Amino acid sequence: MHNNFDLTLDRLTKVEGSASLEIRVRENRVEHVHFKITEFKRFFTKAMEGKPVIALPQLLSRICGTCSNAHILASIEACENALGIKPSEQTMALRALTMYGLNIRDHALHLYLFAMPDIFGKDAFLDFDENDPIEGELLNDAFEIKAAGNFLSTLVAGRSVHALYPNIGGFNQIPGAPEIKIAIEKLEAIRPAVIRLVKVFENSPFHFDRNTNFMALVPKDRYGFIDGDILTSKGERVPEKNFREHLERVVLPYSQASAYKHEGEAYMVGALSRMNLAKDLLHPRTKETLATTLNLFPSTDVFYTNIAQTVEILHSIDDAIEILQNRKFEPEALQKGTNREAVGVGVVEAPRGTLYHMVKLKKDGTVESGEVIVPTGQNQVNIEEDVARLVEDLIPESSKEEIVFEIEKLIRAYDPCMSCAAHFLKVDWK
Amino acid sequence: MAENDLEKPKIKVGWFSFSCCEDNTVVFTELMNDHWRDWKKLFDFRHARVLKSQNILDELDVAFIEGAIASDQQAERLRQIREKSKKLVAVGACAVVGMPAGQRNYFSEGQKREIEFLTARFAALPKVLKVFEVVKVDAEVGGCPMDGNKFLEAVNGLVSELQNIK
Repeated sequence: MHNNFDLTLDRLTKVEGSASLEIRVRENRVEHVHFKITEFKRFFTKAMEGKPVIALPQLLSRICGTCSNAHILASIEACENALGIKPSEQTMALRALTMYGLNIRDHALHLYLFAMPDIFGKDAFLDFDENDPIEGELLNDAFEIKAAGNFLSTLVAGRSVHALYPNIGGFNQIPGAPEIKIAIEKLEAIRPAVIRLVKVFENSPFHFDRNTNFMALVPKDRYGFIDGDILTSKGERVPEKNFREHLERVVLPYSQASAYKHEGEAYMVGALSRMNLAKDLLHPRTKETLATTLNLFPSTDVFYTNIAQTVEILHSIDDAIEILQNRKFEPEALQKGTNREAVGVGVVEAPRGTLYHMVKLKKDGTVESGEVIVPTGQNQVNIEEDVARLVEDLIPESSKEEIVFEIEKLIRAYDPCMSCAAHFLKVDWK
Repeated sequence: MAENDLEKPKIKVGWFSFSCCEDNTVVFTELMNDHWRDWKKLFDFRHARVLKSQNILDELDVAFIEGAIASDQQAERLRQIREKSKKLVAVGACAVVGMPAGQRNYFSEGQKREIEFLTARFAALPKVLKVFEVVKVDAEVGGCPMDGNKFLEAVNGLVSELQNIK
């Protein structure tokens, strides 16, 4: 029995970036949870002002090292929409591959290095024992999967961090045939390891169920990360032409206390949302391999985000292999747009959820203003509500140390990214 | 790396992130894909929040610092790390040249006025600092993100030096 206490986690570990948490409990009821992103603001949306449009994707990539390639693609789409450029089919295929490389590497980093130690009762993934048959295999699997994702990113985008090839109007370089062959072999080779990873998280004893609203960018035909409409679990569909309206609905509240609610309620973005809303669109080979696993969705269990990420790794592999095997890549000139007064919006599914970029251009092609809305910002209210419920559930039986451990585990399941979240100009900290 | 290097006492390493996008952390975890076996034997990661929860700031052989310094509190923390570390390496552009984390240093007067209330609220320094402006730096690995090969060169150099001392 605790009755009254204040709990502060100075800095969460095994997450991207820096965040802290403050909880106030009175009479065993949670009075407030403050999930605080403690990264220092670097004022990217302010720094956009006056820059030439061509400089924007590389600048905004520096919002976050982890999600940099998602920021580049969201920014490119926003700039292209403002300049009136329609990317070619080949460009869209290369962008899909860029996101597949990112998701393979980034999900593997989160699943093995951040989330898995909790399941095995270890402090760090590197504490796993190489000589133990299970732990040794997982160590190998982790770095093989990450390396394959890295190889794909480097081949298609030039770099896995702050990619060099994707540009406004197309790609500066196209992948060569010999490297494509190696990429296919590497991706095929890690499939068994990914299937083992799916099982680890399917068998995980961690669960936390609380119903919420789910939201994701869902493509028309094939599960992916770069185009589609915004769908919600309430059955809403926000088409591309209404992105502005949708964006405002999300953006406007965030200079107030109720930031990032959608129609007055918290919502969740990320792999769980995508899987809940779009599992039918996964690659046929992924669906065949993971038929039983996919029956777990839709789900309201936050820890199933981890399982959803494992499924997304396999889908990324299977669809990347299909694209690489079937498409002939030809050199294409970058498409040129027209400098004009216009607003452009770009939306992608970053590994952690829906990422919005908006840019307002002046007649001379320089930036008047812009806006970036990141997944972790959108999940913030939902995380606070989940933590409040979790703490109230745990209070009667658990020690403070146990409560802290459980909170960190739950927040980790969201795979939050504080580097992204800290670029904001307007954040209400109360 | 010679076989007998792996039998020597582990090198105590810390990885610290200040104001930045943590792209060097990602490059570091990518380099691990090829080097994790050696690093597991060679390094005792005493403090690396991206890798572990039980982090200890005690005597370190090498501290890697990414990010620029945006507040007095961060500067104080960096000085503590320096005191406890035999070698301190600044990694990535934000640590080495202060950019782009320090882009507000170059804002127009009007832009500065618009962000003033935020820098005041979070007790941020009037000017974002490079790591060497706060503490002595023994080695630098530049780049945005840091160059992986240069990082490995720096690491290998420090390992030889430290193992000769030990």
